[in-house]
Amino acid sequence: MNWSWDWNYAWSVLPSLGEGLVVTIQATVFGSLLAYVLGLVFALLRRSRFWLVRTIVWLFIEFVRSTPLLVQLFFLFFVLPDIGIRLSPLLTGVIGLGLHYATYTAEVYRAGIEGVPKGQWEAARALSLPAGRTWTAVILPQAIPRVLPALGNYTISMFKETPLLLTISVLDIVGAAYEVGSSSFRFVEPLTMAGILFLLLSYPSSLFVRWLERRFGIAH
Amino acid sequence: MFDNLPFFVSTIAKGLLLTVEATLGGIVIATVLSVVAGLAMLSPFVVVRVVARTYVEIWRGTSEVVQLLWIYFVLPILTGFQLVPLWAGITVLGLNFGAYGAEIVRGAVQAVPREQYEGCVALSLSPVQRMRRVILPQAFADMIPPFNNLFIQLLKGSALLTIITVPEITYQAREVLLIRHTDQTVLIFVLVLLFYLALSIVITIGMRLLERKAAARLGRRPAERTAFFAKVGQGSGVA
Repeated sequence: MNWSWDWNYAWSVLPSLGEGLVVTIQATVFGSLLAYVLGLVFALLRRSRFWLVRTIVWLFIEFVRSTPLLVQLFFLFFVLPDIGIRLSPLLTGVIGLGLHYATYTAEVYRAGIEGVPKGQWEAARALSLPAGRTWTAVILPQAIPRVLPALGNYTISMFKETPLLLTISVLDIVGAAYEVGSSSFRFVEPLTMAGILFLLLSYPSSLFVRWLERRFGIAH
Repeated sequence: MFDNLPFFVSTIAKGLLLTVEATLGGIVIATVLSVVAGLAMLSPFVVVRVVARTYVEIWRGTSEVVQLLWIYFVLPILTGFQLVPLWAGITVLGLNFGAYGAEIVRGAVQAVPREQYEGCVALSLSPVQRMRRVILPQAFADMIPPFNNLFIQLLKGSALLTIITVPEITYQAREVLLIRHTDQTVLIFVLVLLFYLALSIVITIGMRLLERKAAARLGRRPAERTAFFAKVGQGSGVA
């Protein structure tokens, strides 16, 4: 083998990887926000008074969780334009990531809500707080801080799954690395650097989440 | 709209064998690696612990897509040795999910009550006997539900093999059907999703049986469950 690592080339791909990193971060941040909000909505709907609503949401959650994100991304990417909704690939990806992970965060919120002691509900009742106030002033302020570490874990998982978006023509870190590699026929440096970049970002984040867990977390 | 249904189903089913092969292959490698690395992380020897920890953090810390592309495009250049796509995929699934599984094994072994260790010491069982006869059978029963989640994640991860042109289920839909039937995207992808759902349910049923057996061997009652589907394990949201 007369192959050797070319530092000049490795440095020259950094700007492309940087552009990819911006896309990756955008997808992760907006995808997470969507997952946090939708997950809470799903968790609340699963406690709905109506049997039909509970069942539909439950089936939807289990279905989305049992099937690959990649196929769901393809589904959104090819089906949405057919029904007249034209979105950019990145936005399609954000919706796919957000929806997929909302089915996981819904479970997290559920555990958090169930972890609030029964006495809190009874006290809210005794003070005859309306249902809306009970949720916003009593239950959620106690439930949400405790589920933050678990939500953080899912954001890290999502970060590592954003490269799937390259299959719907979004150039994230890996997409950018792959494109640079294909045009120069040298894959070693860009793909290795992409891997290292992931490790450099996700390892400290997971240490941070583990620290959060020890400080604020609940076992769930 | 449903005229092509039998044709769609038979075309997607052609990829079924490869999806099952990739998933089973991945499960076998991941299980072996989980046990080896999980126990190695509890080893009394620093070197063993560091090696296992490094493996786990590297494979958990990078993306499955990067790993797949790296093994498929970079490894041949570095070593001159090219894996066929299916084996490259199985290797990545095994190594990636093995890293997550190692944490499950470590956690389950550590969760076995201290008294069990003390009992073994009191009976002067050797460390190997202690592990094999007392600790692992108990830890094994606790590992099964999180491994159920992990294997479903692995099944879902096998869809990524499309990227390196393994003609599994997703590939059949995306590269074979979609090109000729662009007006029937909904039907094609709903079918694919149903195939994966069915496979997930098969995994869950298998793991439930295993769980019942393991619990029975310990003289425990199987855990009560409200939902048929597996519950999510914390931080196991991979693939």
